[in-house]
Amino acid sequence: MSMAWSTMLLKMGEGMLHTCAIFALTVLFSLPLGIIVMLLRRSRFKPVQWITKIYIAIMRGTPLMLQLLAWYFGPYYLFGASIRGYRFTAIIIGFTMNYAAYFAEIYRGGIEAIPKGQYEASHVLGYSKAQTFFKIILPQLIKTILPSITNEVITLVKDTSLAFALAYNEMFSIAKQIAAKETSFTPFIVAAVFYFVANYVVAFVMERIEKAFDYYK
Amino acid sequence: MILQMKGIEKSFIHKTRGNIQVLKGISLEVDSGEVVSIIGPSGSGKSTLLRCATFLETIDAGEIRYKDEAAVTTNAHGKAEYVKPAQLRRFKQNFGLVFQQFNLFPHYSVIKNIMDAPVHVQKRPKEQAQKEAMELLRKMDLASHADAYPCQLSGGQQQRVAIARALAMHPDILFFDEPTSALDPELTGEVLKVIRQLAEEHMTMVVVTHEMPFARAVSNRVIFMDGGVIVEQGDPEMVFGAPQQERTKQFLRNYQK
Repeated sequence: MSMAWSTMLLKMGEGMLHTCAIFALTVLFSLPLGIIVMLLRRSRFKPVQWITKIYIAIMRGTPLMLQLLAWYFGPYYLFGASIRGYRFTAIIIGFTMNYAAYFAEIYRGGIEAIPKGQYEASHVLGYSKAQTFFKIILPQLIKTILPSITNEVITLVKDTSLAFALAYNEMFSIAKQIAAKETSFTPFIVAAVFYFVANYVVAFVMERIEKAFDYYK
Repeated sequence: MILQMKGIEKSFIHKTRGNIQVLKGISLEVDSGEVVSIIGPSGSGKSTLLRCATFLETIDAGEIRYKDEAAVTTNAHGKAEYVKPAQLRRFKQNFGLVFQQFNLFPHYSVIKNIMDAPVHVQKRPKEQAQKEAMELLRKMDLASHADAYPCQLSGGQQQRVAIARALAMHPDILFFDEPTSALDPELTGEVLKVIRQLAEEHMTMVVVTHEMPFARAVSNRVIFMDGGVIVEQGDPEMVFGAPQQERTKQFLRNYQK
């Protein structure tokens, strides 16, 4: 390998920043968006429920890479619009829309797992709807869904590499470029170590959060 | 008169069997200080009646009044009409409900289970609510468990916390929906003892129960329900000792077996 280690790490380090940006923004947007999707999914107005169901089915039923391509090239093919500097935005939209669908289903499962008696007790004690949700339901909901959320977040760390489909220079794309140019496998090993360490940190943090909810069953 | 229910009708829509009328024009009146037991086979509508009284179910027709104030009336078309939600919330201050499954809040400590609603719903001062909650816990013989979580308690203890939680709201009437049905036999006694003690203090109570000796000993009036109607009611000695209706006799016979 002719490229110096320091040069390679520097280039890949820059990619890592981009990877982290995709990861952080997706988590930031998709977790709350998932709540909205879940509420729409549980709407009593049937058409809203169906549309949300179809949306979730598409997000879960097609490859994320394809979705990213659709978000990026869609505006051009549909409207002939080419937006400058849209690449990163398309990636964030693609990831957020996809993960929100998964999170929505996790939230829904969590909500449905909460015994009806919790709502009834709150109702009889006179709690308002908002109080019931924020004081009684939400804390229990978070506890039940944390393990599933951890799974999704770990998958997201690895999924960020799909941004290479839009030729975005996140870490994995850069690793591929260097590997091709230098005919070396080393960049991939560096990438593997990065993902592994990142997920180790994610798992560690999530475990801490889960522990914080351990005081009751 | 604390509670007046008149001509209560309630149907459920069943997936395969269509419309099922669970309550067929039931009327129930409860006076201050009265202890009323409701007995009857499962599916007779006992629990549904309590759930209607506590607004967990909406009735189709009939009238519900608390302390002579109407919460539900029937309009000219024979349909039940509830007061506005804000007013209905005020009506909830009249009663408490103890569930078969306790339904304590698992993420709250015992003391917080009891004092949270007084503080955050009734807006009472925290110190006062806490002091009162401790008194209730002492009364329930659970003072040493104030900081425990429900999952650390036995079923009987959890149910006593649930009773304390209901009492902390200062209800005029307390409903019990099969309070001992989810308990092991050896834990039933400690809960019944508490209810008996409340009866001695003249707490107004309506208890749906399968504990016949308890109903006989504690209540001022026993109601036997079957098929969505009140078949027979009266003094416990009369209903248990000399039932008039064939259906009542049959039910009590099956129970003694």
